[in-house]
Amino acid sequence: MRRVREIVALSVNGRRVEVAAGSTVLAAAALAGKMALRRSPAGQPRGALCGMGVCFECRVTIDGVAHRRACQTLCAEGMEVRTDG
Amino acid sequence: MGERRAEVVVVGAGPAGMTAATRAAECGCRVLLIDDNPEVGGQIWRGDGRRVEHPSIAVARARRVVDAPDAGTLLVEGPEGCELVGYERLVLCTGARERFLPFPGWTLPNVTGAGGLQAMAKGGLPIADKRVVVAGSGPLLLAAAAYLHAHGAGVALIAEQTTWPRLAWFATHVARSAEKRRQALELRQALAGVPLLAGAWPVEAHGDERVTSVTLRTPRGRRTVACDYLACGFGLIPNVELARRLGCQTRAGAVVVDDLQETSVRGVFAAGEATGIGGLDLSLVEGEIAGYAAAGRGREARALRPRRARAQRFAAALERAFALRAELKMLPDAQTTICRCEDVRFEQLACQPSRRAAKLHTRCGMGACQGRICGGAADFLFGWGDERSRPPVFPTRIETLIASERGTS
Repeated sequence: MRRVREIVALSVNGRRVEVAAGSTVLAAAALAGKMALRRSPAGQPRGALCGMGVCFECRVTIDGVAHRRACQTLCAEGMEVRTDG
Repeated sequence: MGERRAEVVVVGAGPAGMTAATRAAECGCRVLLIDDNPEVGGQIWRGDGRRVEHPSIAVARARRVVDAPDAGTLLVEGPEGCELVGYERLVLCTGARERFLPFPGWTLPNVTGAGGLQAMAKGGLPIADKRVVVAGSGPLLLAAAAYLHAHGAGVALIAEQTTWPRLAWFATHVARSAEKRRQALELRQALAGVPLLAGAWPVEAHGDERVTSVTLRTPRGRRTVACDYLACGFGLIPNVELARRLGCQTRAGAVVVDDLQETSVRGVFAAGEATGIGGLDLSLVEGEIAGYAAAGRGREARALRPRRARAQRFAAALERAFALRAELKMLPDAQTTICRCEDVRFEQLACQPSRRAAKLHTRCGMGACQGRICGGAADFLFGWGDERSRPPVFPTRIETLIASERGTS
């Protein structure tokens, strides 16, 4: 069983964010003011497009693991998220 | 690397997959249901808290099927590692994604899918008091707008590319079913006060670090509307990559199935949007048929054919009412990005004779999404058509590929 908590605290680019349990990393990044999550090869800002794990535009680094999809990953207590945008 | 087997493996836990798994389990099969999302429900039931209750169904969430290394075996990757999953019968319920059509500015942050923004909001993205323009085509626009509106977003307007006469024709078709009539009335009430423009579509999104306004082409001329989000999807495209990898025949971008939802590969079934866009009712009945058929219950499966035929008539009406107009092919300018992963512009692609040539010369479709986004756009813009699927089906960790080589050799 997963532990049920009402609020989960994590960090996005070093900034502490609190979200409701069950929220995605994408929601946490938005609460931290990060809508652009990565840069394209030509340096354009990009954010989440499809919201369902297909487009890979929302990929971020979570706890040191790169290329995790923010829209498909639920926030966990103490998680460290880094965006490239 | 882990290994497990199930008599029936179902890929995709949306309405079709949950139904197929349940029916097969009720017929006595041991079932494994695999889904990429953190929770079951697929897109339409996302966040509804639905559960798969049958004791013979094991559910593997947050796991992607990345390859089919041998007949009867899938390679599955999850957050903590990978495993080989063996099956006797397989049911593909891989659903659909939105079709995105490129226009200047569509790569700006906060330009999202229509269902996409709804899915993000269900995942906790704050939308209260955000100003949203919903655009594109199909009934999903109304459903997404209603959800966003009900959750505090200010939906400035809905721009539907199809015409009023086609919408009216679709409405009369919908009105034949009491249930659909009820749903339509509910939507109408939920969207009271939200303007719906037909024959309107976005031509340019403006902003620097994110979208701040959108210019729409409407029957009364161009109009620019300020927004925090532009939620924009032009219908749906079946997810057929895994089916193609398994060798299943596809036609017009959908998995070909027979009366029992069996694909061209024996023992591999497909149900739901992967077999063609048809909506919830068709997905549910196809899931039932596939579940019975995968359990060897042909009689029960065949009994459902009249119900499937009715749902297919609705699917045909949907396709006719929301067919994309040719003007949308003129949306990109020379500099518009078509392939977002590799930053390939329209002018680099317009001269290519085929998808293969485009890949070789420009890397179009070779980035992280593997052509899932630009592919649908390029089919519409250039008519390149289908292509076979190359492994892995999704971007995959190198450990998974190494473990798979060891595990299957």
